[in-house]
Amino acid sequence: MSLLEIRNLSVEFDTASGPFRALAGVDYTVEAGEVLAIVGESGSGKSVAMLAVMGLLPDTATVTAERMSFEGTDLRSLSAAQRRKVIGKDIAMIFQEPIASLNPCFTVGFQLDEALKTHTTLNRRQRRDRVIELLTAVGIPEPERRIGAFPHQMSGGQCQRVMIAIATACNPKLLIADEPTTALDVTIQKQILDLLTRLQRDHGMGLIMITHDMGVVAETADRVVVQYQGRQMETADVLTLFENPSHPYTRALLSALPENATGDRLPTVADFARDFARETQAGTDSGREARP
Amino acid sequence: MSDVILKVRDLKRDYQIGGGLFSAPRLLHAVKGVSFDVERGTTLAVVGESGCGKSTLARMLTMIDAPTSGSIEIDGTPIDITRHGITREMRQAVQIVFQNPYGSLNPRQKIGAVLEEPLLLNTSMSAAERRDAALAMLEKVGLKPEHYGRYPHMFSGGQRQRVAIARAIMLRPRLLVLDEPVSALDLSVQAQILNLLADLQDEFGLTYVFISHDLSVVRYIADKVMVMYFGEAVEYGTRDEVFGNPQHAYTRTLFAATPKADVASIRARLEKKSAAAG
Amino acid sequence: MTDTPVSTAAVEAESRNATRKMLAEFWFYFSRNRGAVAGLVVFGALVLVALAAPLVAPHHPDMQYRDSFLTPPAWAQGGKAAFLLGTDAVGRDILSRLIFGARFSLFIGLVVVTIALTGGIVLGLVAGYFRGWVDTVIMRVMDVILAFPSLLLALVLVAVLGPGLGNAMIAIAIVLQPHFVRLTRAAVLAERNRDYVVAARLAGAGPLRLMFKTILPNCLAPLIVQATLSFSNAILDAAALGFLGMGAQPPTPEWGTMLAEAREFILRAWWVVTFPGLAILITVLAINLVGDGLRDALDPKLKRS
Repeated sequence: MSLLEIRNLSVEFDTASGPFRALAGVDYTVEAGEVLAIVGESGSGKSVAMLAVMGLLPDTATVTAERMSFEGTDLRSLSAAQRRKVIGKDIAMIFQEPIASLNPCFTVGFQLDEALKTHTTLNRRQRRDRVIELLTAVGIPEPERRIGAFPHQMSGGQCQRVMIAIATACNPKLLIADEPTTALDVTIQKQILDLLTRLQRDHGMGLIMITHDMGVVAETADRVVVQYQGRQMETADVLTLFENPSHPYTRALLSALPENATGDRLPTVADFARDFARETQAGTDSGREARP
Repeated sequence: MSDVILKVRDLKRDYQIGGGLFSAPRLLHAVKGVSFDVERGTTLAVVGESGCGKSTLARMLTMIDAPTSGSIEIDGTPIDITRHGITREMRQAVQIVFQNPYGSLNPRQKIGAVLEEPLLLNTSMSAAERRDAALAMLEKVGLKPEHYGRYPHMFSGGQRQRVAIARAIMLRPRLLVLDEPVSALDLSVQAQILNLLADLQDEFGLTYVFISHDLSVVRYIADKVMVMYFGEAVEYGTRDEVFGNPQHAYTRTLFAATPKADVASIRARLEKKSAAAG
Repeated sequence: MTDTPVSTAAVEAESRNATRKMLAEFWFYFSRNRGAVAGLVVFGALVLVALAAPLVAPHHPDMQYRDSFLTPPAWAQGGKAAFLLGTDAVGRDILSRLIFGARFSLFIGLVVVTIALTGGIVLGLVAGYFRGWVDTVIMRVMDVILAFPSLLLALVLVAVLGPGLGNAMIAIAIVLQPHFVRLTRAAVLAERNRDYVVAARLAGAGPLRLMFKTILPNCLAPLIVQATLSFSNAILDAAALGFLGMGAQPPTPEWGTMLAEAREFILRAWWVVTFPGLAILITVLAINLVGDGLRDALDPKLKRS
């Protein structure tokens, strides 16, 4: 049985200019202990899918799926609140802006403690020990002292480490990382990616990496889903994808990487986008470009 | 004989921070004595992570902020805004393109007005001439004439960055400072903007100071590279020197941290992983 | 240039299109708020009535009918069809006085908001743009004005200037102004370091152009909302001053003054006080609803750009 299995997931938003289809029939499967990367540019619907799984989408969204199960539990029949209760312990999520994801009014120790209080029955002493253990595990120096630090007293990289500590506090079976390193510097990015893959390996977690960065994909993923404008273009294991991409969009994307540049000018995705727009013109609105 | 357009010597900038009622102000050295030359028609890339002083450097080069000490010369003319203020000639010499295409355009100004503003303020062209110039520039940066009357929020990020570039070169500057111009953009759009910058450099003989944190972009676009670390230039040389044989430990750390998207590295990683598992 | 006249026309049409699209979008968000639309309708009706007062009003507002003092409204016992909302203590038709009173109320709102908005924007822009001691001086003066209870300060000012509608309007404008100054200053502080302002400065824009042409249009949304809310505040304050005898002087048919004149009849003739009161209530409510709708329509736009 797969850890997470999603078939034919579609998400539609009610907007000022009529319904807007953010996702059109995508499939994901994550096995236990696997790293799946969902890669795409803005507007590809890569974050929407996971927010839909977590029940974090606003009321204006309509979610439909043929199958949406976590460890065999059908998620579709549950309300968003029930869903968070059922899977809150087993699925954790971290976001792009680490500093904004932490509550600025409370110390990081308190926020970690809160996560433990919600999902475990440990007493105060045990929780404190666990908090220190977690902070040590994510590589925060002097955890006994940092427990009383507020988010604004830490750097972005350290905040992301704390977020990862909170997310892994209850040993989740699946960790969803939504652009976890986009806001960070390259050297910090390296450290965070190493940390995530180490934790993933040690705990045997499933890990979903949502990213726009082909470099991050190459460094972390086992399997890759490529998305464009709410549709799935290609699913392949990472080596096949980079070595022998089958879909024209993936090829276009890879050749647009500056490090793969061969000539004087970079090839762009524009040609592919034009063809794609012509193909799908019937179904989608043409106002996309005007959307900021 | 090299044709140096921008000559920077021992440039420093300090900021006073803190200094409330009870605490003494602290002096932050954002840029600690940087020197470099840029030759006409070439690209100097300034690389570094957040807080290394690269944006402060950009602000000094474009005369937004005055340096604490040191000198900037453009085409042999010293730039000193504290003493003489900014003259029209200086303004026509250097312009800047910002990182965030969503913040750098006035939301209440139509694209045409955005492009015409520099002409209106610095030249004596008539309204019709300005319009023609703006329309011609739109075409140069790959936009259509009908975009002239639209508002910025009707454009995508890449299109806005095109507009920002167009505005910067309306006055035909000799030097263009690009402050992370593609880091807020998608990969495919990034490629288009880099191509556009290359085209414009060829056509107008522009000189670029390209500020970035992305080494793969720098490697693609730069002629010379300067690596900054805590306000100091720790590495400065041609692209092949810096990438081929980095001298400073920080540069090597930076290279090592950059994700590698080539097949060989992926294969190596996967092999290591399966070895660890087995 | 390769530009042909045909494409020039096309470009201009597109430009007009963009403007129209902005307005259409604004109306879309505004019209989503039902209360705001209702408020706008009521307010529009009020403006029409005020403009056409001599045509709509059944009687002259100052005409005293000696044979019908304190006549109840037409539907009540002893009412006369000629006086729909009854008459006051000296036999003047209340409906006609209310209709003419609308002119005063709207005029007061308009003048007060114009004075307060202009002064507030200029002071706020100067304070926010130049910072330093200019900012400190302006803001401390505003703080002093804000430290007084507003109606009390207006009363003092009117007492100094002398009672009368004109002086009352000036006093109310001065009292309302600090809100605009603070709002403008806060918006300017948020905008002045944005990249587009720096870009305009690099393009050579001077302080005046930066303040009024570049920054100000981006600060207008909260100011417009505040202006509508102040509009109703001004009407209320003017009515209060009128009620205290410091605003419009009798026999001016101003709503607050009408209330003041009717004070002694509150128990004997309910209609003399009820209708002017209702008129104030409905007007203020309508304008506040419009203000709410404006906030809905203008705020998402700010977030998006």
